[in-house]
Amino acid sequence: MCGIASLQLRDPALRGSLGELMHGMLCGIVDRGLDSAGMALYGDPGLTPTGTSTVTLLDVTLEPEELAAALRGALPAGTEVAVRMFGETTLVNASVASAALEACVAELLPTAHVAGRGEHVAVLKGTGHPLDLAAQYGLEGISGSQGLSHTRMATESAVTASGAHPFTVADDLCLVHNGSFSNHATIRRQLRAEGVTFDSENDSEVAARYIAWRMADGDSLTTALEKLGTVFDGFYTLVVTTPTSMAVVRDPIACKPAIIAETDAWVAMASEYRALAHLPGIENARIFEPAPGIVYTWTLDSTKELVTL
Amino acid sequence: MTILSATLAPTQTVDLAASTVRELNAALHQAADATSWVVDNPAGAHNIAVGIDRELEVTVNGHVGYYFAGMHQRGKVTVHGSAGVGLAENIMSGTVHVTGDASQATGATGHGGLVIVDGNTGARCGISMKGVDIVVGGDIGHASAFMAQAGRLVVCGDAGEGLGDSIYEARIYVQGAVGSLGADCIEKPLRAEHLAELAELLLAAGRDDDPALFKRYGSARTLYHFAAANSHSY
Repeated sequence: MCGIASLQLRDPALRGSLGELMHGMLCGIVDRGLDSAGMALYGDPGLTPTGTSTVTLLDVTLEPEELAAALRGALPAGTEVAVRMFGETTLVNASVASAALEACVAELLPTAHVAGRGEHVAVLKGTGHPLDLAAQYGLEGISGSQGLSHTRMATESAVTASGAHPFTVADDLCLVHNGSFSNHATIRRQLRAEGVTFDSENDSEVAARYIAWRMADGDSLTTALEKLGTVFDGFYTLVVTTPTSMAVVRDPIACKPAIIAETDAWVAMASEYRALAHLPGIENARIFEPAPGIVYTWTLDSTKELVTL
Repeated sequence: MTILSATLAPTQTVDLAASTVRELNAALHQAADATSWVVDNPAGAHNIAVGIDRELEVTVNGHVGYYFAGMHQRGKVTVHGSAGVGLAENIMSGTVHVTGDASQATGATGHGGLVIVDGNTGARCGISMKGVDIVVGGDIGHASAFMAQAGRLVVCGDAGEGLGDSIYEARIYVQGAVGSLGADCIEKPLRAEHLAELAELLLAAGRDDDPALFKRYGSARTLYHFAAANSHSY
């Protein structure tokens, strides 16, 4: 069991309340995974300031001010750098491209794990009670366009911050997973042969790498998920986000739960209805369970794509 | 006399925004027969109205979570909303009615009683049913009535793939399309006694669908005995 809750806010008037709404949703999925949790928050001006790239680090051995000083020394003169710690997560913002920032971090901190990257998303994750983590992250004060949270009950790999979801292996592309893949070792080997590198033995990372690999090759999010359904075997409900899109897919057997609610102002997905029960306007929302094997994608221009696997 | 005075007792209302599910269920387990209860603000909570064994009339206003009215016996429970996984799981008797949709495993392993879902259900509706009657106004998902042993499943809409896989003796009636039939499940003739029981079930569910428009499915009984032709598999 794991819990997923994701929210895309179409109505700009609600975006100041993203974190508050997500906190209420998180409360509804806490029981499904108490060992660790994580979230991806898109568009908060404090976490991901405009004009900077953002990298999430785990296993950082330096204090934030030490790391900030080291980065200022290593990056081009005049680069603005901010480093903050949220529990086990170290969040770095810098006014350079994310690839440059990531390369610089890798050189300064070869043992650190890069758990998030991009310009629009802040990934925060750690071990412990999900609501304690939410307090560490200041979730209730966050604003933005979209967010994704996951509470984990570990099965396929260790209970560590790096094993917590979301997995963010390409800029601004985040994946959370409820379930387990049975052929992830085979696909990992195949992707390694294609030159893809991995951080962990986690099965969900393989799905994130696969989607990133397909999208780097030109596939849309929907198409990448459609292809995932033909390659991956196992149980899964997945939610994958980009800065403008949110996609949900369940495996064709549909053992893992998912429920979607949609209004003109927002679309939300959660493992259980109780995570949606307190959203504004839920009483008039269109509420349904996503059908097995169908990719549902919503983009912030309010269009929805439907693809049958 | 006792029953009359109980019937006249005012309805008791429980607000789940103020009370816990445990408090509600404990009260329902101790309630006098023929009393009626209204439950507000369920907010998708799990295990609401589980284990009732009284002649109660319970109305829930809003959506409920997992295992609503599990192990239900006697009385009638109505949800004005939708229900999560395992609605009326292992129901023994009485009636459970959901006006919206229900998730997967509706009426799973139910031994008796009647489960009514006015909308659709997810996968595995009536899985391993052992005598319960289930009437669904809309569609049901895949792998429904898997290993169904006894009881009747009525579907006014469509059924998903693998309907009635490895079915024993339950009877399935579907008005719409069937995605596919599971192993050993076949279409069977709709005889007068089937039309009669179907009319009775539709009436009990408050529906006016025409029984003659349904098809009946059940066990081909080819899995009951070992087939000598398969001996080379062992």
